[in-house]
Amino acid sequence: MKRLTSVIATGLALGMAFGVQAATLEDVQARGSVSCGVSTGLAGFSQKDENGQWSGLDVDVCRAVAAAVFGDASKVQYKPLTAKERFTALQSGEIDILSRNTTWTHTRDTSLGLNFAGVNYYDGQGFMVSKNLGVTSALELDGAAVCIQAGTTTELNLADYFRANGITYKAVTFDTSDQTRAGFDSGRCDVLTSDQSQLYALRIGLQDPSGAMVLPEVISKEPLGPVVRQGDDAWFNIVKWSLAAMVEAEFLGIDSANADKAKSEGKPEQKRLMGVDTDSGEKMGISNDWAYNIVKQVGNYGESFERNVGSGSPLNIARGLNAQWNKGGIMYSNPVR
Amino acid sequence: MTEQTPVKSSPSFFNNPRNRSIIYQILLFVGLAYFFYGIVSNTMANLEARGIQSGYGFLSTTAGFDILMSLIDYDATHTYGKTFVVGLLNTLLVSAIGIVLSTLVGFIMGVAHFSHNLLIRKLATAYVETFRNIPLLLQVFFWYFAVLAALPSARQSLSIGEAIFLNVRGLYFPGLIGEPGSGLVYGAIAAAIAAIFFLKRWAKKRQDDTGQQFPVFLTSLGLLFGLPLLALIVAGFPFVWDFPALKGFNFRGGITVIPELMALTIALTVYTGAFIAEAVRAGIQAVPHGQTEAARSLGLKESKIMKLIIVPQAMRVIVPLLNSEYQSLVKNSTLATAIGYPDLFTVFVGTTLNQTGQAIEIVFMTMAVYFVINMTISFLMNRFNESVSLTER
Repeated sequence: MKRLTSVIATGLALGMAFGVQAATLEDVQARGSVSCGVSTGLAGFSQKDENGQWSGLDVDVCRAVAAAVFGDASKVQYKPLTAKERFTALQSGEIDILSRNTTWTHTRDTSLGLNFAGVNYYDGQGFMVSKNLGVTSALELDGAAVCIQAGTTTELNLADYFRANGITYKAVTFDTSDQTRAGFDSGRCDVLTSDQSQLYALRIGLQDPSGAMVLPEVISKEPLGPVVRQGDDAWFNIVKWSLAAMVEAEFLGIDSANADKAKSEGKPEQKRLMGVDTDSGEKMGISNDWAYNIVKQVGNYGESFERNVGSGSPLNIARGLNAQWNKGGIMYSNPVR
Repeated sequence: MTEQTPVKSSPSFFNNPRNRSIIYQILLFVGLAYFFYGIVSNTMANLEARGIQSGYGFLSTTAGFDILMSLIDYDATHTYGKTFVVGLLNTLLVSAIGIVLSTLVGFIMGVAHFSHNLLIRKLATAYVETFRNIPLLLQVFFWYFAVLAALPSARQSLSIGEAIFLNVRGLYFPGLIGEPGSGLVYGAIAAAIAAIFFLKRWAKKRQDDTGQQFPVFLTSLGLLFGLPLLALIVAGFPFVWDFPALKGFNFRGGITVIPELMALTIALTVYTGAFIAEAVRAGIQAVPHGQTEAARSLGLKESKIMKLIIVPQAMRVIVPLLNSEYQSLVKNSTLATAIGYPDLFTVFVGTTLNQTGQAIEIVFMTMAVYFVINMTISFLMNRFNESVSLTER
């Protein structure tokens, strides 16, 4: 009888727990850290060093949000996720932000209950082949075996591209980018396809990096950016504007070194971004010097880019599309005012 | 009002154990129903609140991704419903091969445990103790990343007679392509199998009636090869060999066994085989030694003792254990996802789920599939168990 009662009681309790979605910001503040979904390890974007410290372009978005919310960029809990796990982790509330080289597509934005908070890297899909194959163009890849990460837009673009050009391939799929690289290394496939940025990152890890080359074709647009759950606009705003503040800071010429100076004696728009005479933070439920904390602790977008994937890193990727809009790129922040 | 106290032979309504049990069961049922109603409506409300689409409509939309291996016609223009079928068939394939091979390995190793040859006996023990105690996932990785990935590249393939090739991309061997008239040969094979079935029944009846034995095995062998051969000659050999050949990057033509399938099959076979060997050993040990001695005293040959006395009695112990080993094998085949063999779990719960985001529907469908497969195995094995169980007269 006792057991029966407890079964029924549990049933009632669960039945009545009709979902009340608490505000993410409150949850984050109560927890004392931002829970951020990152990749399982991708050089330049999110990687863990031997001391267990995460770094990378995607990691900097997590750190920027922590700096905005807590004034402390280190208050982040990182959750490494595979491509297949990432959306479920975000939907189920296991993470607050997904910052994991994720392409902004229509399906994901409209049917998964997710919102993309902006773009922190404009990418495109490419191919890496072994030099001794003697291939110079992706169009010569008829019949090739292609290593690819499962559950990505890359997988869909690949099918489209080969079909459009009337050539065939064998898709060999893996769960993580490390496994994909191992498959390419062992000769399981002739070609590795992924976003161009990832190809450069994966090439560094090959047994013989100089033996592989990236083909010139870029077959898709891959705008990568952080994602949050749909239905919590307050949190969406914080993530969206944290990223925008990094881009805007670079545009206004503020970096981690001169942030203090910009705050005290900068031009009006610099001072305003740094939280002087503004209630920009209050409107989001955080402190007014949120952007100052981001720039001071994480740096502006340009600094983050150079440090993680640009000339200051082994990847040495050119700014290209990711330069500011007035410097030949398309990185453009809406005004923070 | 004076209360009447009739002399009752049975307890009052609520003290009647029968009534009580019915009431409790109704209460439990209502509680459970409410519990599941709560889960479902809670989920629906949350999905709606978060703007996540639900329903099975996605099954008829175009998948847009390719699958490494499919037993039916499939390409990226087909639907998500088709990816489900492709994954399901690949799961059934690896499970079926695994069940057949692991039974073979398990029986050989289980019987080897009783060999009079010390080396064979020790080998069987070492096999069981080694592979039973290493996690299956590690074994899958071992075969895939350590053994098969170390094979040479396509251009330096190991080959037998320029017809069978083995390299890091898989095993390639010639396939037979049927031309018009090949239907006759397939018919002959079916006829041979049917004939063997009836032959066995006839021979058994004859032995029961007259005591005379009939060479069933040799006759069956003759039928199995003779009839199709006859059909081949009559139809004028309506088959052509399709040899694999290196064209461009890879081998084309013939039949390809991808390394993912090989690795998974070997791992499942070796692992489950070790457990089946133990079941077989337990089954044989459960037959009292007196049975063997009695059989020997009748003058039966050792091979006949095994076949007619020991194995039929051992099967009573072995079959229930086999049942659960087969079911474990099917469930363990989901480790395919670790090496990218396109089984139901990899294709449907992996890629399709990720492309559509329909987590609940897809996980539910997949759970239902494994449930049905295992219930079917259980049903068949229980029927088999009844046929080998002790018939009391």
